[in-house]
Amino acid sequence: MAIVINGTAYPLPDDPRVSLLDLLRERLGLTGTKLGCNQGGCGACTVIVDGARVLSCLTLAVQADGREVRTIEGLPSDDGQLHPLQQAFIEHDGLQCGYCTPGQICSAVAMVDELRRGDPSYVTADLATGPESATRQEIRERMSGNLCRCGAHNGIVEAIEAMLAGAAP
Amino acid sequence: MRSFDYRCAADRTEALSMADTAQARFLGGGTNLVDLMRQNIEAPAALVDVSRLPAAIEETPDGGLIIGAAVRNSAAAAHPAVRTRYPMLSRAILAGASAQIRNMATIAGNILQRTRCPYFYDAAGSRCNKREPGIGCDAIDGFNRYHAIFGGSEHCIATHPSDMCVALAALDATVHLAGPGGERSVPLLDFHRLPGDHPEIETALRPGELITEIELAPSAAAANSTYRKVRDRSSYAFALVSIAAGLQLVAGKIEHVRIAVGGVAAKPWRATRAEQVLLGQAPTRERFLEAADAELAAARTFDGNAFKVELVKRTTAAVLSELAGVDA
Repeated sequence: MAIVINGTAYPLPDDPRVSLLDLLRERLGLTGTKLGCNQGGCGACTVIVDGARVLSCLTLAVQADGREVRTIEGLPSDDGQLHPLQQAFIEHDGLQCGYCTPGQICSAVAMVDELRRGDPSYVTADLATGPESATRQEIRERMSGNLCRCGAHNGIVEAIEAMLAGAAP
Repeated sequence: MRSFDYRCAADRTEALSMADTAQARFLGGGTNLVDLMRQNIEAPAALVDVSRLPAAIEETPDGGLIIGAAVRNSAAAAHPAVRTRYPMLSRAILAGASAQIRNMATIAGNILQRTRCPYFYDAAGSRCNKREPGIGCDAIDGFNRYHAIFGGSEHCIATHPSDMCVALAALDATVHLAGPGGERSVPLLDFHRLPGDHPEIETALRPGELITEIELAPSAAAANSTYRKVRDRSSYAFALVSIAAGLQLVAGKIEHVRIAVGGVAAKPWRATRAEQVLLGQAPTRERFLEAADAELAAARTFDGNAFKVELVKRTTAAVLSELAGVDA
């Protein structure tokens, strides 16, 4: 019974009531992942489990047994260089208070993989062929599970567009 | 959250044997059940985790599909056979929740999710016959913008929140079950119950029974099909009204048609009266409106949701017009 978080294995909690979010924040001190609504409504707690973005508030930590978890702390390179999307968020004002930002960035990193795989979204015109390109409409629909109450959504979409275009460093 | 035993099942046999008390619940992605447990609305003594059971999407010999209960919603929506042969199902799944939740939620869990009626959730301050049978319903005279116009009772007017199930209802899906008494199958249209005198009984599931698969038969109306959801914001919100529909025209006449409506009842609402009006007819907007009227004759509205009648009518006509290629 172990969970791998950003490349390091940790034991699972004995109490199955502990959410993955509480394990990260309260027991392991990985406070980059944020507690928002705690009921699956805001996306602030988004982390990446085995490559897929999920809500850590609704994931029981025991359900992540044997899985690999990536959080905002695991995105920069080993020498401390920010992930290109983190840099793009800075350059395009993709945040104001910053509370939703780790969830936004983890969500967007995994979303890019979904786009590159050709997964359709609700706004994809032709489901058979998949998304033609990462339009703003596609990005907004795919990021709708991450709320920003400061209203930085335009900057968030621009940061994602910039990273997809390779414009960000 | 009350304490509980957690057991992770490796296969179906183990899952059924682990669910050895009446207070045990099967756990899929947990997106609904864990939330309800945190609110103390659900308090199972044991959770049997079935999210790691083998799960696949396979073609049947007759050209249909079998979707394993533990397949994640996102995997089903992205599957090539679902996207090309049952597009209304793919689009319905993609209309639901958020990408994160679809990555977690399983097919069976989606079917078994409980109503989002705010009075059901408000255990501290509201009456709800689903939570506490016989205590009363605060929705009927309360804020009922999101509530049922079909099939409600004096005890409950809650709606089923699933988008996916609306498409499954239109496609005549079959739910395969396994339990202590053996295996059986139930049509999806009979799986969810209307509230009647017992709104707390929501499905045909028997104690200890597990959903194992969903089966889709081949359908002439499935290839040309879609799903449209109308809601208070453009994404990540439950439906006010939604329509799953499929249409096949032969020589300018409607040969096959399937219509189901979401957001209007305690179960996905198959619009059989509307379908009957349309069979053999030429596809026109006027005919589509007439078909919707035939279905809506049975509607019963409340202070907050009377708008749903016109919304169902217009959305039905718009979706069918799009599928038929006629002016909306």
